[in-house]
Amino acid sequence: MSAPRIGAEPSRTARLVILIVVGLVFIVPLAAMFQFTLRLAGKSGYSFIHYVSIFHPDPALGTDYSPIWQGIQNSLVICVITVAIVMLVLLPTMLLVELRYPRFRRILEFVCILPITIPSIVLVVGYVPVYQRVAAVFGSAPWTLAFAVGIIVLPYAYRPIATNIQAFDLVTLTEAARSLGASWPTAIARVILPNMRRGVISAVFLTVAVVLGEYTIASFLSQNTFQTALLLISQTDSYVATIFALTALVFAFVLLVIIGRFGAVRPGGRVKKTRRPRGTEPRIPLPTPTPARSAS
Amino acid sequence: MTSTSPAPTLERLGEGATVELLGVVKEYSGVRALDELSLTIRPGEFVALLGPSGCGKTTALRALAGLEQITAGAIRIDGVDVAGVPVNRRDIGMVFQQYSLFPHLTVQQNVEFGLQMRRVSASDRATRAREALEMVSLDHLSERYAHQMSGGQQQRVALARALVTRPRVLLLDEPLSALDAKVRVSLREEIRRIQTELGITTVFVTHDQEEALAVADRVAVMRSGGIEQIGTPEELYLTPATPFVADFVGVSNRMRGSLVSGVVTVRGSRLPSIDPALPNGEVLAFVRPEDIVFVPASSTAPGDFSGTVASTSFLGSLRRTTVRLDDDTIVSVQHSVEERFEFGDAVTLRLTGRPVASSPVEG
Repeated sequence: MSAPRIGAEPSRTARLVILIVVGLVFIVPLAAMFQFTLRLAGKSGYSFIHYVSIFHPDPALGTDYSPIWQGIQNSLVICVITVAIVMLVLLPTMLLVELRYPRFRRILEFVCILPITIPSIVLVVGYVPVYQRVAAVFGSAPWTLAFAVGIIVLPYAYRPIATNIQAFDLVTLTEAARSLGASWPTAIARVILPNMRRGVISAVFLTVAVVLGEYTIASFLSQNTFQTALLLISQTDSYVATIFALTALVFAFVLLVIIGRFGAVRPGGRVKKTRRPRGTEPRIPLPTPTPARSAS
Repeated sequence: MTSTSPAPTLERLGEGATVELLGVVKEYSGVRALDELSLTIRPGEFVALLGPSGCGKTTALRALAGLEQITAGAIRIDGVDVAGVPVNRRDIGMVFQQYSLFPHLTVQQNVEFGLQMRRVSASDRATRAREALEMVSLDHLSERYAHQMSGGQQQRVALARALVTRPRVLLLDEPLSALDAKVRVSLREEIRRIQTELGITTVFVTHDQEEALAVADRVAVMRSGGIEQIGTPEELYLTPATPFVADFVGVSNRMRGSLVSGVVTVRGSRLPSIDPALPNGEVLAFVRPEDIVFVPASSTAPGDFSGTVASTSFLGSLRRTTVRLDDDTIVSVQHSVEERFEFGDAVTLRLTGRPVASSPVEG
């Protein structure tokens, strides 16, 4: 048997083994969590009773799940506002920099990546005095948390959009659209955004995932979000807390699968593959060229 | 309205537009990319802007398109100053160096895009897009996407897309440079055919002199943001106005000589100078490879000179041989394929006596 080539694709068996191992890493904790949610407190056997109790709490036990419903609601509102910040501030800024001010590209990248290098706890210490002002202007409603979370999500939203921009010739396509009679808004709406669907959707889903998983800022700014409510509930009912945690994980997993699907499909229904090497393209019959002449 | 000629079906665009660039200046951070560039293009004319990298040819085209704002000067299309008109209202068609088909649209939708911007009805759009695609012989690929086509096909679709709106001026920014040699030759001939049949005023930017000389009615050789010489391909090649043009257009041998009263004496041969205003003195003459011939040893004459073959190249219809002269000067000689030489052969050469461009030798 010949030695395996460096850089060659793994064999079918190797791929299967890798898939199973990686799959187990993901599945085992999820399965364990699921199994835990089915356990009966202090008794043997399994039941969906904890799932039922979320919607029909037992008044005798005095359980109150309203904080988590309120937390989910708050988190969803923060999601919507954070996504709006990404779409209405970050995306136009990135397009503007790419089209008109490319010299600012590095600065923008630095600013957007910066939050990932600063621990949340450090950020939140800085936010506290800022939020005293924010509260004075906008009040202290949970949605104001979106301003802080909008900073946290910058690295996650920036990267897929930047990768998408680099994947096609944004400037030339815009100029082509403009030369064909499109105004700036039309060129962006009809040509640029459709080609950025992948990056934009990835940015949105990652933003949603980050917002739903954010705990530190909400906790330190004393807001009730999904994560803070989860912690609260876990102190009184670990089964229900685990059900919500499991649901959040599965939701994030589904989002990632959807991002992956969007990334794979190209217009025309073909799955994206490596570009065909030049010279192998289909050719039309052509006349013999005249000898080239070069400048002395 | 369709033409009766078999291939193109877009209607002929009248006599084309007159394009004028008058003293156009474009500065980037104090550096002049265009230095009072003036150029008048006649209706229906095909003008190539030719020059080395950084000479300002692409900047000139982009200024004409409206993709660059000029610092000073005027740009007129049919007598109307368009310098302040945004690109989307200039009514120009443009084909770019990079592949520029919209990846999310089919070929048909790409070609219809400009018509949609002009609010042409759906049925008219479909008809005109089909006609434009027939013109470039790609109507059978109308449902394909850009990534499903070769580079040459993409540029032909881009040409159809640029022409379908019947623009006043067609601008081509090195549209062939990303293609391989065979497709390049084929497509440039197709561009010239379509341009002639539509009668559209066309500006073609290229750094490939062969391309420029092959397709253009007139070629403007650019240098340092200005036009060094503009003329027909024959004029540029046979009577270059400056040493730069002589050196840039075609292949030239640089041979030392002396200029006296409009005649350059090179190695004993008397060659008329193209520029009669050049002052007497030592000059560097630009002698074309086809203006040097091999002479059999038996029939030498005064003015002939000898050398040793250094290398020889077969170029299909002709052969080019490099000869090292006695004083170590290297000259290139173009000759028929029947004449064959080997490395180290002793040969005798003669200048044909055609006029030459020359530049004074400094110091």
